[in-house]
Amino acid sequence: MNSNQSTDKPNIFTLGPLEAGPACCDPQPAIQVRDLSLLYDGMIALDKVTLDIYQGCITALIGPSGCGKTSFLSAINRLTDLIPGCNVTGKILVHNQDIHHPDTHAQTLRRQVGMVFQKPTPFPLSIRRNLSLPLNEHGITQKAEIAAIIEQVLRDVGLWDEVHDRQDVSALSLSGGQQQRLCIARALALQPKILLMDEPCSALDPLASGVVEDLICRLRGRYTIVIVTHNLAQARRIANYAAFFWVSGRAGQLIEFGRCQHIFESPSHELTAAYVNGARG
Amino acid sequence: MHEVRNTHAWQILRDRGVQFLIYASVLLISAVFIWILVDLIRGGIAHLSWEFLIEPPRDTGRAGGIAPILVSTLLILLVAVLTAVPIAWTTAILLAEFVAVDNAFGKAVRFSLHVLAGVPSIVFGLFGNAFFSIYLGLGFSILSGGLTLACMLLPILTSTAEAGLRTVPNTYRTSASALGLTRTAALIHLILPAAAPVLAAGLLLGIGRALAETAALLFTSGYVERMPDSLLDSGRALALHIFDLSMNVPGGDTPAYASSLVLVSLLLCINILAMKFAHGLQRRKIMT
Repeated sequence: MNSNQSTDKPNIFTLGPLEAGPACCDPQPAIQVRDLSLLYDGMIALDKVTLDIYQGCITALIGPSGCGKTSFLSAINRLTDLIPGCNVTGKILVHNQDIHHPDTHAQTLRRQVGMVFQKPTPFPLSIRRNLSLPLNEHGITQKAEIAAIIEQVLRDVGLWDEVHDRQDVSALSLSGGQQQRLCIARALALQPKILLMDEPCSALDPLASGVVEDLICRLRGRYTIVIVTHNLAQARRIANYAAFFWVSGRAGQLIEFGRCQHIFESPSHELTAAYVNGARG
Repeated sequence: MHEVRNTHAWQILRDRGVQFLIYASVLLISAVFIWILVDLIRGGIAHLSWEFLIEPPRDTGRAGGIAPILVSTLLILLVAVLTAVPIAWTTAILLAEFVAVDNAFGKAVRFSLHVLAGVPSIVFGLFGNAFFSIYLGLGFSILSGGLTLACMLLPILTSTAEAGLRTVPNTYRTSASALGLTRTAALIHLILPAAAPVLAAGLLLGIGRALAETAALLFTSGYVERMPDSLLDSGRALALHIFDLSMNVPGGDTPAYASSLVLVSLLLCINILAMKFAHGLQRRKIMT
């Protein structure tokens, strides 16, 4: 891709199989976003984003604050439905299914597309109940099955050894990093195919952040991960793909999308180059 | 230099003055409360006994006890709370969870609740008499008294419950939705339990209000001092009993004092409980 090409076809980023990245990645798109625009009370917040997110890969969304990364993320699992005055146009296909189709239930979609927030958000319940409540609500009620899932996901996030003998204590008594891993475990318990992560490390201290980062890397391949991060070094370490967003006026735009290496080492857009080199943003 | 020192002295004086006023007001308020309490204890403690609580009144209340009156009060309270709580709390859930703060409908509901909260209780009494006693044909009964009280409780129960629901962090709602939980599931499993201490505190405040109510019951539950057999019987509330003893019964002062002491002790217990709940909530919020 060169800059001429991107001016000919602005804001369209769908890589062919050749560009699809490292061997771990299946070049199948898991999420196809077409002309996605997002308006809050008529003010445009995200302007016509077209983008493919590849199955089993980690895609990092980078860019300055207010450029619409989090809005983009919330549009994928329709959490934008909860925001009064928020209007989404365009198309999002998750595993070839239109998420705005009348037959797609938000609850079913959100079971497939898990989300982890910036601040850990454990419920004020026991560790066990934090994990079993969503399972119960999705119709999994057998105790043995639930216990097995809980052990599995706690092992996946590396919490099992730390908490297996005190699953009935309040989740709020865990440290920040543990709480965040519990939240990831809670999302994983529903066996999603896709995980959306909104700056999952930014509220954690460097050590806890490192643990969560390693965890995200371990999840690669099994899950399609979209992660918003302000930590460029982190994006570079963990992501296969990177999407660079920029804000012009008040509207966020997708400036460039590509293999992580390209974005950081040979970006085709000068704004991207300035941002990743720390000259702007 | 001289000028500056003068200003400084004036500022210190003003500071002291303000401090004095604040302390004096606090003292005055506490003094009024303690005065009432001491007066009640001095006038009523001699008359207060176990028999007073379990015997029916004799000689229009000059002698005997207040047992049927306590029972009537409790029944009126029960009717009021059981009617008002479901209506008030579902309204609060609607206001806090389902409509935006600046929504016109929500504003209208909140406005009418504010007006309702300011209506004098005698007006509620007249309304209750006209609507429950006469129009619905419930007569002077514990039922019509309780229903009238329920109307009076709606504003306080709704506004405390709405405030309580709004203290629940929004992250619970968002992360519950992100996990595919329905609104109802989030409400039942997360939001209501988190708001429970405030709901309980509001409920206790409402009960306190209802317990002290006199004027609204005068025209609705009546003032028959017999032990009630059913909710359709007339029954005399404790506050009304005190009113009657002090206004219409010469020589009823001592039992009036004793009854007041019982009433104020109940109110005191309820308020202490309410404060305990609110305090518990604050501590929990700090923990989170």
